[in-house]
Amino acid sequence: MDFRGSDPAAPAGPRSEDVLPSSATAAVKIVIVGGFGVGKTTLVGAVSEIRPLTTEETMTHAGVGVDDTAGVERKTATTVAMDFGRISINDELVLYLFGTPGQQRFWFLWNGLFDGALGAVVLVDTRRLEVSFDVIGRLEERGVAFVVAVNAFPGAPRHPLQEVRAALDLPDHVPIVACDARRRDSGRDVLMTLMRHLYTLAMTPEPTTLERL
Amino acid sequence: MTDEGQDWDEGSPERLYVITRGRSGRSEGAALDLVTLIVSRSEPQPEMQPEHAAILRLCRFPLSVAELSAYLGLPFSVVTVLLGDLLAEDRVQARAPVLLAQLPDVALIEAVIHGLQRL
Repeated sequence: MDFRGSDPAAPAGPRSEDVLPSSATAAVKIVIVGGFGVGKTTLVGAVSEIRPLTTEETMTHAGVGVDDTAGVERKTATTVAMDFGRISINDELVLYLFGTPGQQRFWFLWNGLFDGALGAVVLVDTRRLEVSFDVIGRLEERGVAFVVAVNAFPGAPRHPLQEVRAALDLPDHVPIVACDARRRDSGRDVLMTLMRHLYTLAMTPEPTTLERL
Repeated sequence: MTDEGQDWDEGSPERLYVITRGRSGRSEGAALDLVTLIVSRSEPQPEMQPEHAAILRLCRFPLSVAELSAYLGLPFSVVTVLLGDLLAEDRVQARAPVLLAQLPDVALIEAVIHGLQRL
């Protein structure tokens, strides 16, 4: 769920088994980007050690010509929700996975989200490639390392990955994999693909500086 | 904080405005990330604003700002304002996320890969 108007009953706090050890000192994040219904939350839930949680951000739209900073501001707010999960890497390091909508009108969320992120997974539904096309362009602009995962929906036509790569105009060095977002092993493989890609980039000095400029 | 007894929507801008006393979170407080881990340094006190007390209760063990936002049912920007207050009073500790300049270093990547392999 990416969008909602009111609060669901939020749990009061972490269950005892979901509590991080006191030794947890640092966290990293990976962002899962994709259109509505592509399976972001399913993927997060499949690999997360906690039931996916929801954080939200409000985007306020100031009324035209209205900028009342003195009193309670008369603004309408759109609430955008992001589902996320967590994987404890070791006693000190925690990995968080955030699912975020890919449509352009939600890109305002990306600023804080991608700052310091390890990288991104673009989750693709082959029935709606346009969203992914825009997302990939935007990630390239921002210099975010990413891989593409094609979620295999039951009953959806299967396209060879090479066809999807061509349709997305994906550069050769960007990995593309098929996945079943419902399965933990498949979700883990997607994350591993991203990490191996990052490893390759880290081992290649100044890999794409010229491309980015 | 003058309005009382108003029947407002839980997620309304007005309610959030009151909780933060009008602060937006963009200029105040420490630079907090969604994955900054927060740990309480003190116990909640009865005279505290309820949201501040709730944060201290939730953060007896490390908890990310994103998780705090989820459990409190408050937007990230509101939680950062509340955390700014608690940080200023040294009531919580913020464990900054791993900072990545451009690409993560190899040791960090390897640690994550090892962690994922155990999944």
